[in-house]
Amino acid sequence: MILVTMAAQSIIEKLKASNLLGRGGAAYPTWQKWTAVKEAKADKKYIICNASEGEPGVYKDGFILENYPEELINGLKIALETIDHSRAYLYLRHGYYQRFKKNLEKLTRGLPITLFEKSGHYISGEETTVIATIEGKRQEPSLKPPFPTQAGLWGYPTLINNVETFYYVSKIEKDSYHQTRLYSVNGEVENGGVYELPLNWPIEKVLKETKNWPGFDFFVQAGGGAAGEILLPEELGQPIAGAGAIIVYHRQKTNPLTLMKKWAIFFMDGNCDKCVPCREGVFRIAEMLESEKVDRKIIDDLCFVLEKTSFCPLGRSTVIAFRSLTNKLLSCQYE
Amino acid sequence: MNKKNRIEISIDQKKLTAFEGQTILEVADAYGIEIPTLCSHPDLTIKASCRVCCVEILGKEAFAPACSTKVENGMEIITLSPDLRRAREINLELIFAQHCQKCPDCIWQFNCQLLNLARKFEIRINKFTDRKIAYPTYQFGPAITFDSSKCIDCRNCVEVCEKQNVKFLEVKERGHLFQVVPSRSEERDCIYCGQCVVHCPVGALEAVGEFEEVEKPLWEQGKTVVFQFAPSVRSSIGEEFGLPYGTVVTEKLTAALRKLGADRVFDVGVGADFTTVEEAKELLERLESQKNLPMFTSCCPAWVRYVEFFHPELIPNLTTTRSPHIILGGLIKTYWAEKESVDPEKIVVVSIMPCTAKKYEIKREELKINGLRPVDHVLTTRELAYLLIKHKIDLKTIPPEPPDYPLGSSSGAGLIYGASGGVMESALRTAFEKLTGRKLPRIEFEEVRGLQEVKKASIKIGQHQLSLAVVNGTGNAETIINQLKSNPREYDYIEVMACFGGCIGGGGQPVPTNAKIRRARAKALYQADAAKEIRQAHKNPEVVEAYQKYLTTKEKISQVCLTKFFPKEKEN
Repeated sequence: MILVTMAAQSIIEKLKASNLLGRGGAAYPTWQKWTAVKEAKADKKYIICNASEGEPGVYKDGFILENYPEELINGLKIALETIDHSRAYLYLRHGYYQRFKKNLEKLTRGLPITLFEKSGHYISGEETTVIATIEGKRQEPSLKPPFPTQAGLWGYPTLINNVETFYYVSKIEKDSYHQTRLYSVNGEVENGGVYELPLNWPIEKVLKETKNWPGFDFFVQAGGGAAGEILLPEELGQPIAGAGAIIVYHRQKTNPLTLMKKWAIFFMDGNCDKCVPCREGVFRIAEMLESEKVDRKIIDDLCFVLEKTSFCPLGRSTVIAFRSLTNKLLSCQYE
Repeated sequence: MNKKNRIEISIDQKKLTAFEGQTILEVADAYGIEIPTLCSHPDLTIKASCRVCCVEILGKEAFAPACSTKVENGMEIITLSPDLRRAREINLELIFAQHCQKCPDCIWQFNCQLLNLARKFEIRINKFTDRKIAYPTYQFGPAITFDSSKCIDCRNCVEVCEKQNVKFLEVKERGHLFQVVPSRSEERDCIYCGQCVVHCPVGALEAVGEFEEVEKPLWEQGKTVVFQFAPSVRSSIGEEFGLPYGTVVTEKLTAALRKLGADRVFDVGVGADFTTVEEAKELLERLESQKNLPMFTSCCPAWVRYVEFFHPELIPNLTTTRSPHIILGGLIKTYWAEKESVDPEKIVVVSIMPCTAKKYEIKREELKINGLRPVDHVLTTRELAYLLIKHKIDLKTIPPEPPDYPLGSSSGAGLIYGASGGVMESALRTAFEKLTGRKLPRIEFEEVRGLQEVKKASIKIGQHQLSLAVVNGTGNAETIINQLKSNPREYDYIEVMACFGGCIGGGGQPVPTNAKIRRARAKALYQADAAKEIRQAHKNPEVVEAYQKYLTTKEKISQVCLTKFFPKEKEN
């Protein structure tokens, strides 16, 4: 009994010492989430591994499921051992469920881990929406507080972490974590793929070291292929944020409005339509791009309410991409 | 008991004391600080979807909705700033872009929350094209219309319909947007309660107006137009004219109806007295025979439809007594017509009701007397206010006039019909004396008063120890119905009103309607009852007279005062 407690303490201590931040995009300190759920008083608790990976250009969760599923399941096992009376769900996007079901069933045999096939769009990867989806409710985020760590799945304290987070939990437990992360490098590149490289590398270095630095005028979308920020070549001295995608676009061959329309349609399909700024604002941005009559003032207004008044992080996150694109790529043409 | 912790916050640089657990909006309301809201309704869960009530909190990047954000000690809140104004304006413009403006035809035009916000923020209501222009209008029975091109997707109606356990209005995902639609399931149908209407912030749901049908006979030759108004209308309609919540305007209302062109104005409170007498009689008969117990009230037509559609097995348990305005309408076209030598076919009876389901009730074939419907038209409280305003009749300033004899003076018992528990209390006031022959020791039955969803009481009448339940909201009625499944004789007599708080919270009442307002309207009715000299239905001289002069045989009583119920199929 005492040994278990000490072990539990030691993994949370290790998580803290490693400074592991959640890899789903929000970068919340993992040890804090674990502590909150561990210390919550309840006779049942849940652990959810989020493998919804809904944003274009991000492939890292699939990469782990394909290449390191043992490591991932080990991460989940550690969580199950750390958190009393807990059961786990592995929440997989449709394609991943189909591809990895057999192997994951084998690996989770005898463990209190349920494979859950996700339905719906991008929003169903947002943590409170993940919970609503498993509970069979309409896929939309709920008010926080209460946070999932306090009252999550069916009202019980729930730990939700991304696939990559659990993967690194396993590595941390084995003392084999060396401050790395997974980069999904894609777009107009020679050597696209998922790379495990140091966390603090500037984007430029990642592209160069993976032999993906373009020989043409380009720009990058960094983080994810919908909500990620547009960065020009001279801005790549910073490390990556969000879900770790680096997408390279050919400056001359890419029509920024087409790109922006692609995002707008993605968000319009992928959002939940609950709150006004996201439902109506994204709809209007898409409408404007559809008709090719772009009014910078209106886009600016819509971005303002999306950023300041959206219900959930999804709505707020749309702004970074729209704004950086309009500022950096449209300035000469449309001002 | 947990004592709530006091905390210190500031709103717009003013230091204020609040309690832990309160939302910013609650604190602001308490201090009279105005924050614009739209989707927020205190009857419902907090959805925080319209984002009009957003405020700034010092140290937070994004704005926070006042309706859902709880105050914290030391929180510094700003409710007005150029940025907030900008955000509210843009969100309102976006909301207007999904609400097709049909203001000239809308009965909310004098009192529209959305339009008021548009004016206040000076927004361009047509900045974007209306995206819902092709959305359909649905009609539910003869009672409710739903113009989905006005819907702003707040889903208050869906929630309240679910709360009623009706689940007729639902969200349907269509492409990348959703729509609120009526259910196509055979298992679900509208009960016409109209709670969706009073919880809609933008008038997308409304009662089916019968304005032309009501206005035409007013100037037509040879028609005798009789208006009658429900108990609860007198304590709510004043709100539409700027009077404080809970102002009783019986005589002003009478004068206004006369000015509109009514030939006679009667009080449905008198109808309620007849209902009470008959219902008390039936209760005592059932207690004697021990048949079809518990007895449920049936004066709420939405509740009746709930039973007929969802629980036909309970039909024998409904009292067969007609609802007050149906009895009074029937008496107007028989007793009064005879007395005044008016051809019943030339009489047009218009009921002013707090209710949308009454529009459905009057169409029920089994209510006809000699081929005539007891009531020809129903206007809701809101609709009458609209009509009065349209005809430039100001209820606030009009000199009061008493209703007409012989069906215009109600007992106190008739008045409290408008509040949840009132029917039960009125029936008990009469049943006790009828059975025991003794005078009631205390006329008030406090146990069945108030806005609680379910009230329970017990009373001894003669040798019967009666177990009573009073319920408002059909969702709560469902709970009681489930209880009866395990213990069919848990109760003897159950009052059900479909609307929250009873008719004072009815689907035809002024908007806004919420717990605070319902309380004020109900209180006013109980005060009006207390001020009456005669507070028992069977002692109302107008009732006594009608029984002596007209309701003298079983056949006549049955024709005017009793009805039948039938299992119902889906109609919408």
